[in-house]
Amino acid sequence: METQIVGRVFKFGDNVNSDIIIAGRYLIYIEPAELAKHAFEMLGPQFPDKLRGYDIIVAGRNFGCGSAREQASTAIKGLGIRAVVAASFARTFYRNAINDGLTIVECPEVVAAASEGDTLSIDLAKGLVTHGDRGYPFPQIPPSVRKILELGGLANYLKANLPAP
Amino acid sequence: MGKTIAEKILATKSGARTVAAGEIVDAYPDLVMSHTATWRSVSVMRKIGATKLYDPQRLAIVLDHVAPAKTEKYAQDQQTSRNFAREFGITKFYDVDAGIAHLVLMENGHVKPGDLIVGTDSHCTIYGALGALGSGIGYTEVTSVWVTGKLWMKVPSSIRFVLNGRFAPAVSAKDLMLYLIGKLGADGCGYKSAEFYGDAIPQMSVSERMTVANLAMEMGSKCVFIPPDAATVEYLRSHGLEPTAYEPVFADADAIYERELRVELSDLEPMVACPHQVENTKPISAVVGTRIDQAFLGSCANGKYEDLVVAARILGGRHVDPRVRLIVTPGSKQIMLQAMKSGVLQSLIESGALVTNPGCGACAGDGGMMADGEVSLSTANRNFVGRMGSSKSSIYLSSPATLAASAIKGALADPREFI
Repeated sequence: METQIVGRVFKFGDNVNSDIIIAGRYLIYIEPAELAKHAFEMLGPQFPDKLRGYDIIVAGRNFGCGSAREQASTAIKGLGIRAVVAASFARTFYRNAINDGLTIVECPEVVAAASEGDTLSIDLAKGLVTHGDRGYPFPQIPPSVRKILELGGLANYLKANLPAP
Repeated sequence: MGKTIAEKILATKSGARTVAAGEIVDAYPDLVMSHTATWRSVSVMRKIGATKLYDPQRLAIVLDHVAPAKTEKYAQDQQTSRNFAREFGITKFYDVDAGIAHLVLMENGHVKPGDLIVGTDSHCTIYGALGALGSGIGYTEVTSVWVTGKLWMKVPSSIRFVLNGRFAPAVSAKDLMLYLIGKLGADGCGYKSAEFYGDAIPQMSVSERMTVANLAMEMGSKCVFIPPDAATVEYLRSHGLEPTAYEPVFADADAIYERELRVELSDLEPMVACPHQVENTKPISAVVGTRIDQAFLGSCANGKYEDLVVAARILGGRHVDPRVRLIVTPGSKQIMLQAMKSGVLQSLIESGALVTNPGCGACAGDGGMMADGEVSLSTANRNFVGRMGSSKSSIYLSSPATLAASAIKGALADPREFI
């Protein structure tokens, strides 16, 4: 797992739902690259290409709300996005992101400060996200759950911890 | 110190004597539901090389979202799910004829008061209607529960909703929930357990409780609880579960709630959610006259028998506006059969409805797609942009009564005019 993520910000508002992230008609796919082709396309023809070239999604409250579709986090990963920083996450997206090995950071203060195109630096070991010359602490994922992220997601974690046959 | 329902059930299912809000536990669900997503969980199982299930009796599989298969890809995915169910001896397997997973599981006696249930669908909160805790998870996590029997869960804090009084005529559980979602917002109950009490609960049918528990997801609820009572016992008995088969769990009188919210039901009026967020609610009076092209009566929120009856009563002897396509999708085969036997389906068809096979239907984009600029009124639980077709179409949400009135008028209409 990366412990240091530095990259350019693409910014969304509040309540970005998982239907917007990936529409139901594409749930026939589970591959990151295939899903990424259709990510956010309900927002207009400039998507998803507009997002390529950004590294970090910064969003407001309740990111990933609505459907429990795991492909929402998979599609974001497929776009090459390395982390999502939000004021808050919907719980199903939060779990799915961890299970998919996608880094998520809950930090309303930095969301308020950062604008599109800015650079953020996320230090996962320290629990600190830096914007300009200011650092913002964020709550760490519980240690028992972090093991899943560290192995790159739940499938890898399960494989490594399969009950004896 | 008293315990909430979430604290009690999660303590029992994790083998702890006591747990408190905020703790993380390893919980063993009684049931893990997977729907159309089942093939994805099967693919994870293959990928990791797992060959054994923790307990096949705890799996339930219902092929509901796109049923029957509309493309070869869906057919192959459904075949994967069927073969898996056969190979592993999954007895709670329901094929494309059965209907929406949530309703099918409750109708077949697979949801018991006090149970913990997870599944590949955010609206698993609906099991709270029978006094069970239900919560949605992704397909990889479903595989994990299949194989290990458990998952980590944070014990949520709880909000206590107290509902008093009775609904005014033509106002129902859907209006109540749209009101609450509008008031609290899409994350007003985020990560929290929603418990419903008050003198209105014993008056509410189990069908209305299902609407309450289903829609509570749209304010972010992790799980929902409505205390089981005589109506619950009767519902369960008529669906094959005698009271000896389960043990209801109730919250302590001195349980700690983060907040309490009181609603007087008689104050409520018909509500609609406007495009493109469920929290964007308005009283019907603010939007009366908005033209609609399609009306969809169905979904796990409002595709139940009582919902069809409400619509049929308003539509009976009248006809749908010729500019409107009224699509009726019964929530399950049992509901469809009941509506067939009672004449409700015939009445709806005679009023101009197109009746489809049971399932998720247009709510999941399975038929009933909309073209650019079109407007749909739906009794489902989501109006997100593009959910029912073009990103340039829009969706309003309402109760079955408001939907029936609007289908007649060809525009959003107040159902109180028709009673």
